[in-house]
Amino acid sequence: MQTLRRTPLYERHSALGARMVPFAGWEMPVQYEGVIPEHRAVRADSGVFDVSHMGRLELEGPKAPESLQRLLSNDLERIDEGGAQYTLLTNERGGIVDDLIVYVLQKGRYLLIVNASNKNAVYDWIEERASAGSDLRDVTDDYALLAVQGPRSIERLGIADAPPFTFEMSEIGGIECMVNRTGYTGEKGVELMVMSDQAVELWDAVVGRGVVPCGLGARDTLRLEVCYPLHGNDIGPDTDAISAGLGWVCALDKDFTGVDELRRIKAEGPGRRLVPFMMDEPGVPRQGMAIEGGGEVTSGTHSPMLDQGIGMGYVPAEQAEAGTELSIDLRGRPRRARVVKKPIYEREED
Amino acid sequence: MAAAESYPTDLLYHSAHDWARIEDDQAVLGITWYAQDALGELVHFEPPETGATVAKDGIYGEVESVKAVSDLVSPLSGEVIEVNQKVVDAPETVNDDSYGEGWLIRIRLANPSEADSLLDADAYKALLAEQ
Repeated sequence: MQTLRRTPLYERHSALGARMVPFAGWEMPVQYEGVIPEHRAVRADSGVFDVSHMGRLELEGPKAPESLQRLLSNDLERIDEGGAQYTLLTNERGGIVDDLIVYVLQKGRYLLIVNASNKNAVYDWIEERASAGSDLRDVTDDYALLAVQGPRSIERLGIADAPPFTFEMSEIGGIECMVNRTGYTGEKGVELMVMSDQAVELWDAVVGRGVVPCGLGARDTLRLEVCYPLHGNDIGPDTDAISAGLGWVCALDKDFTGVDELRRIKAEGPGRRLVPFMMDEPGVPRQGMAIEGGGEVTSGTHSPMLDQGIGMGYVPAEQAEAGTELSIDLRGRPRRARVVKKPIYEREED
Repeated sequence: MAAAESYPTDLLYHSAHDWARIEDDQAVLGITWYAQDALGELVHFEPPETGATVAKDGIYGEVESVKAVSDLVSPLSGEVIEVNQKVVDAPETVNDDSYGEGWLIRIRLANPSEADSLLDADAYKALLAEQ
């Protein structure tokens, strides 16, 4: 039997009465008070998630920039020290080994924050293909990672606003951490990378400022409302970036793994596309359900903000237009849904 | 919001965490506190049609939370004579009051003696203690 790993915040989760579940080899909190109140806290104010299970890799050396520019889909030259970028690690078929965020710590030194379940695959992939003169290290265990998200998150942390996809070294409650303007909820917020042995202190400081502890359950409903793909559900090694709607993070004018295939798919137009949809009838769509016409649901849930079923799935290209009616097989019951524009949920302007 | 854990003694229980309250030749059915707690806040109730027949130990519908779906198992056989529309409209009613306002369906019993095979509150609590 494989032992589940615990983050430095495990005792805090237990004390809060979190329901713990196995996730990518880790024992993680899926909820504290409940998915719906936690979700609403993030949309209305702020929430904090322990995402220490995510993989953290560092690549350093004179050949590191060239290696990453060749292995990652986005154009790394568009960002400088202090900048971050959402990007894909692609395979020869244009499929997605992982989606990740790369941070330029300094010229020639990069931090990659990758999906927990893909960390080893990403490590092996880069280790095998990076040029000599670039050193790869797994620094996951050195740090913890807290995502603090929501319209009032910045104010609650008492820090200044900064543009998305930037980062700086800073202090929160006297604890030094890397403050990254990134997230997975569609809200303003930060991801705080802190030394493992200071994680509890930082968590206490954040929660002490009235930020609501939130589990992975709410993290999933939040990301789905704003159509952020989840690797393993919506994207993977067998789904290409163009069909997944991630062409915007593929710099097709540079050379990287799988670029020829991605150029071809883009030129010819993909045969199927990943689309967001909303249910027009009762019921909750779930991963794996069939969509009439040859499609399939890749993520589905009940939207706490819209109070109806929502999801994403692949459909034939001719069904991909917003407004197209779909019929989804909810365990033997055909239920109507319709393709919508991204994001599925957007706050109304005051 | 959710009620405190309880298992009323006037109900009969099925090991699949469903309850029945027998009222003459009818029974009201629902899910137990344990079941709603395990699921979390309910967001959908897929009821049977009125007039449909349900079989003892058979599936008569589904309830869903954000994360999970659960079959509803009928403790008794009969004909569906009423569906609780309040739960269809507001499934979280089950979390708030699983034995009262959060009942699910009412059936006319086909075979009242089936009740003998169900658990009383103490036996059901003993079953939960084993889990």
